[in-house]
Amino acid sequence: MNAKKQVEKVATLARLRFDAESLETFVPTFEQILDYFEQLKQIDTEAVEPTYHALFGQELKTPFRVDECGESLSMEEALKNAPETQDGHFRVPKVIE
Amino acid sequence: MNEVCRLSLKQLRDAVKRRSLSFKEIAEAYLERIDEAEHHLRAFVTVADESVVDQAADLDDRLARGDLRLGYLTGLPIGVKDNIVTKDVRTTCGSRILDNWVPPYDATVVRKLKANEALLFGKTNCDEFAMGSSTENSAHYPTRNPWDLDRVPGGSSGGSGSAVAARLVPAALGSDTGGSIRQPAAFCGVVGLKPTYGRISRYGLVAFGSSLDQIGPLANTVRDAAVMLQVLAGRDQADSTSANSPVDNYLSQIGKDVHGLRVGVPAEWMGSGLDREVKTAVQDALKVLESLGCCIEEVLLPHTSYAVATYYIIAPAEASANLARYDGVKYGYRSSQKDTLAQMYENSRTEGFGDEVKRRIMIGTYVLSSGYYDAYYLKASKVRTLIRQDYLKAFERVDLIVGPTTPTLPFQLGEKTSDPLAMYLSDVFTVTANLAGVPALSMPCSFTADKLPVGLQLIGPHFKEGRLLRVAHALESELQLNRPPLAL
Repeated sequence: MNAKKQVEKVATLARLRFDAESLETFVPTFEQILDYFEQLKQIDTEAVEPTYHALFGQELKTPFRVDECGESLSMEEALKNAPETQDGHFRVPKVIE
Repeated sequence: MNEVCRLSLKQLRDAVKRRSLSFKEIAEAYLERIDEAEHHLRAFVTVADESVVDQAADLDDRLARGDLRLGYLTGLPIGVKDNIVTKDVRTTCGSRILDNWVPPYDATVVRKLKANEALLFGKTNCDEFAMGSSTENSAHYPTRNPWDLDRVPGGSSGGSGSAVAARLVPAALGSDTGGSIRQPAAFCGVVGLKPTYGRISRYGLVAFGSSLDQIGPLANTVRDAAVMLQVLAGRDQADSTSANSPVDNYLSQIGKDVHGLRVGVPAEWMGSGLDREVKTAVQDALKVLESLGCCIEEVLLPHTSYAVATYYIIAPAEASANLARYDGVKYGYRSSQKDTLAQMYENSRTEGFGDEVKRRIMIGTYVLSSGYYDAYYLKASKVRTLIRQDYLKAFERVDLIVGPTTPTLPFQLGEKTSDPLAMYLSDVFTVTANLAGVPALSMPCSFTADKLPVGLQLIGPHFKEGRLLRVAHALESELQLNRPPLAL
């Protein structure tokens, strides 16, 4: 797959869009950055476990708490920043024909 | 500048205690200073209005009545980075997509500041969603460096760095995912501390890289940074990744002797690629530490050269997931072009995000996508283990690691904006502490002939913030740094 097609595919996954002009500048930089990542292939990680959390298993264990209702936002507060609302709901474009 | 604005948090508090300054006088002095300098610096997105003077006057009344417990930050002006949520105060993250967002709740750190009755003096500018090293990625405007207005303040907490250095506030909060507190602290000549991952609650910090993000203070003195950490640190039910370990008495470390401490200097950090003036300043600071009785030795962090590649896979991967929430539905920007739901998502995101944020989302989506996950994300997560092990091994031999915070002096505005990779490489010495989760502090150790600050970085084992503050304070006291005049 050529680089432009590749970028367009990833953009679709990310819900982003690049027009023809922005693609011209974006693609070379994107490729340059991916090329830079190639250096990691030099390291032998065959026997290495991945780290997803710097302290997990060391200082941190999965914390538990009692499942009790605490403070929460009122409907009014939760909807306050919504671009569009209707009848106490978030309003979006029609999804069902 | 009113002399009040030159005082540290401690000096301000002491002056109030002696009744030689009122809270109202302090608030007025800082508002006046902001009025004088802010239009040159653009350090704030939102600035406090005159109502803070009323709040301050109210505190004066309560103090006079004996109805006020003086906390460390009571009545003192504090800046908060604009990616930390503040109830009823607009919080934009430097992004167009959150331009009108007014959060309905406070971040835990903001609650803690308010419990201390600190005065929220404004929201500081930052790179969009904290992605950047110069504050030029803010959707609002770039912030300038108060030592040289043609140069960047660093980033992403550049607004906080600039505001503290220029004395618009005595201290501010920043956030650090790959150096975003320490690099602006270095570029602005202030103290910046990124605590151990989990030491301070992230609840209400708008998420960028959740396994890397940490809130921390920027201040003009090491003691003030310790005061801020003391107020902010601790376990929080609302953040399941916040650490359970007891909070140390950081202030008791201030003034303690550093004799006999073993200081490691990473051989890999002092080689080629390090600016000559930065190198000289770091070497001079090491000599001072030696004169204070520290034993300086070389340590190895052999995976340093892979750190930037590792970080720029992991952080964007996490960011691409975290930023999926900005879709124009519940809050934030919604495009007017929205015939279908899918179009609404795509248009809102395409119009709402800036170039660098899009780039990070694209990198993150790519490295997590089917067929590339193992080669990029899994590989980087394994190299992260090696980077973490480098630190653990080094800390078997030494008590702390000292080196430069940045490879260069503050750069010019526009110098790196067209070359993202060059911008990423400026994070080479800071990203490893986030990948390993260890605490790291940057402090000014010198000013060059051109009056630009040089940052020294101190890195410690997990939860040893007290040790970093102790050594930094000893060095600060011994250096007695002579600051050049500010550019304004």
